[in-house]
Amino acid sequence: MKLALQRCCTTPIFLKQYETSTNAVLGRLGVQLTDKALNCCGYPLKNYNYKAHVLASARNLSIAEKGKVNIMTFCNCCYGTLKEVDQRLRSDQTLCAEINRKLEKEALKYEGNVEVQHIMEVFYHELGPERIRENIIKKFKGLKVAIHYGCHILRPRELVQFADPGTPSVFDELVAMTGADLVTWQLQSECCGSPMWGIDDDLSAALTMKKIENAKASGADYFCLACSYCQVQLDRVQKRLLDEGRITDPMPSILFTQLLGLSMGIDPAVLGIGENQIDISPILECID
Amino acid sequence: MVFDISLYLSLMIFALGLIFKISTWFRYNFESTTIPFTARERFFAAMGGIVATLFSGKVLTLLKSLLLDVFCQRRIMRESRLRWVMHMCLFWGFTLLLLMHALEGILTSNLFADYAATLNPFLFLRNFFGLLVFVGVGIAFYRRFIQKIPRFSTNAMDRYALILLAVIMISGVFLEAAKIVSFERYSQMVTDYADFDEEQDLKALEALWVRDFGVVSLNIAAPFDKKLLTRGRELHEMNCAACHTRPQWAFISYGAATALRPVALPLDRSGLVTILWTIHFLTCFVGLAYLPFSRMFHMMASPLNLLANSVMEKGKSHPANIITLQMMALDACTHCGSCTARCSLAVVFEEIPNPNILPSEKIASLKVLASGKPLNEQQMTVIQEGLYLCTNCYRCTTVCPAGIDLQTLWFDVREAVLKRGYPELLVLTPFSMYRGLLSPTVAKAEYHQAQEQPIAGIEAVCSTLSEPDDPIKFAQMDRDFKKQMLSSAKGSTFSYCFTCITCTSACPVVRSYENPSEALGMTPHQIIRAIALGVPDLAFRSRMLWYCLGCYQCQDACPQAVLVTDVMTELRNLAVARMKNQNRWTGERS
Repeated sequence: MKLALQRCCTTPIFLKQYETSTNAVLGRLGVQLTDKALNCCGYPLKNYNYKAHVLASARNLSIAEKGKVNIMTFCNCCYGTLKEVDQRLRSDQTLCAEINRKLEKEALKYEGNVEVQHIMEVFYHELGPERIRENIIKKFKGLKVAIHYGCHILRPRELVQFADPGTPSVFDELVAMTGADLVTWQLQSECCGSPMWGIDDDLSAALTMKKIENAKASGADYFCLACSYCQVQLDRVQKRLLDEGRITDPMPSILFTQLLGLSMGIDPAVLGIGENQIDISPILECID
Repeated sequence: MVFDISLYLSLMIFALGLIFKISTWFRYNFESTTIPFTARERFFAAMGGIVATLFSGKVLTLLKSLLLDVFCQRRIMRESRLRWVMHMCLFWGFTLLLLMHALEGILTSNLFADYAATLNPFLFLRNFFGLLVFVGVGIAFYRRFIQKIPRFSTNAMDRYALILLAVIMISGVFLEAAKIVSFERYSQMVTDYADFDEEQDLKALEALWVRDFGVVSLNIAAPFDKKLLTRGRELHEMNCAACHTRPQWAFISYGAATALRPVALPLDRSGLVTILWTIHFLTCFVGLAYLPFSRMFHMMASPLNLLANSVMEKGKSHPANIITLQMMALDACTHCGSCTARCSLAVVFEEIPNPNILPSEKIASLKVLASGKPLNEQQMTVIQEGLYLCTNCYRCTTVCPAGIDLQTLWFDVREAVLKRGYPELLVLTPFSMYRGLLSPTVAKAEYHQAQEQPIAGIEAVCSTLSEPDDPIKFAQMDRDFKKQMLSSAKGSTFSYCFTCITCTSACPVVRSYENPSEALGMTPHQIIRAIALGVPDLAFRSRMLWYCLGCYQCQDACPQAVLVTDVMTELRNLAVARMKNQNRWTGERS
């Protein structure tokens, strides 16, 4: 299977391990990620110039359409953005025509024949739980994981239809396959705080710290997530809060692709386990 | 006479230009208020850095970079094979022509005792190097004017450079061609070098030169008697062969000479050789004088920048040298467009026509900023917007063939510009995440100032009903605004609201404050209410609107299907549009 990867702009500098672990895991599962040189999904522009944000996503959708592949994202914000724009263009003919006039200059056209898929959807719906289970050769034991879903994988519900909000069973099932124990915690589907980082750092930190506290209280050892913005926040920003003494007891965060990769027996170095800001190497001891 | 005067004049302009340009590397910076280092300090820091590098192990890194980056241009290779062929042809073709041909009096004739421009291998090589340049110019022309690359711009300077190069090359080829066919030249050479003067001998040599060397004769034409040619060959071997290879080796010029043949005689009499020679050396000298001021200056700045980058790093190298390097980098930019072709946000230019979004065009504004030229508020805000419209994805930096650390450059300039105090609304978007992650490298006061400026700017402009206790007057209600919201599919859902406060209760931002109204101005349901009242200013200037995470909790929870988050998005877009139409200080519409 071939998919066009929507790289999140945060990954090249701050989250290289997300790309390497995604490539390693999907490569082993027979998914080929094509490099179609897609641009930014437009997410940061949404509240500044809505049309520009539509154009950015529309260009990516039309490039994938030209290459006859679906788009996969591993970031919730990219996912939400592409999904929203896709739906908007399908329903708003005037806007669609206007955008297409701009894409025409590059010999591109949006016709709505591309599906936007979150990496978790690819795992669950495209590859299927059986395929994943077959590839898991090592299981975690005694590892308590707090799944952090993030926002745009769940909301707005009429748009993403990924799973019913409040019962994000797909994510749960996939994590459970690796042998990890899931803890229930109240703030699992709340915002990580990332959208405010750089705008009002105190607010952003307050949201993050509340989540850390809540997950800690539930007895979890690790966050597990599948979104680049959330990971930058819960790893890199958490490390900053730790260094500044604003938190004392951190909650390390592992990317789902890293977790799955480990249970598939992929070399931790390839998965970039050592590149996380808050050390997650103790997790290796939990592998059976 | 003309040659000497123009040579020395152009050399003088070139030298002065060079000194001026290099001095800017030490004089210019992006700061507007505090100047971190004087030019003198920066000059000595640079000299110290160079000496320290040359006497350290880093010299090996330098040599490696010289070989791979400068001579083999591996960065262009990684980017595109076609462009690598183009640039290698231009770089090597031009450099070798310069060394072997332009500097023949200084270099080639001293290196090779029997050097003559009309002898092989020099005759052939000159054409071969010329061919390289022609191939390069051809590809450059194709890329700029035929191939359609979106948002790839060709400015006046790109055109001048291409035209100048083309004139130099074409005049050179035709000069050689005109000399090949020239009967006047031939006669002159015979007068100067032949040691015989019998008429039959003269005819014999001429016959040979007409047949084999392309001379177009006034007196004779083919076919020639075999005996005559044999005699001609003998005379040629004795008198001419030491300095003349057959001109067919000059394969480009010989082709041009063949084309000239039918009109060779009249042109020769009208002094074509002299005319072409004058054009050729004059354009060369114009090119030389213009070089420090043109994009061709990258010939010097790019290799230096590549070398410096291989041994320098922000945070480790002397901060004065980092500034100097950034100023040099501005000259190293060749306006090749690689960065813009890969830019994550370039497409947005079609919707927000600010050229400063495109990295290759930002450089032009950076040059203006660096020179310290005064800019008005309008110009500054346009540059600032372009600088902030960057996802910091690093792609431009990875692909830059001149090895410019664009990412760091953008960040540093952005900070320097934000310090000037113009509010930037983009600070209130996720574009700020990068700035947040790099905040330890920014002075604390300046970091927070840039965050507060946009909110203060909005408060100043959107000031209707700024006294909380004032009653709302009918005249203050903005009917157009309400109509606008009602005409939008998502925005119009505000009208379903019956103020149950579920959205506010669901909002994680609201929950983060003990006294949300005080901290945020308004809470989500109040913002929705402000639309119903037709008082957008209330919503626009509330911190809540700008601190909305876009997490859709409110929208998800609303029992009335008000698309609360989507309404917030529309409000923010409207606020941005309003702020852009108004003077940020006085509130006057522009």
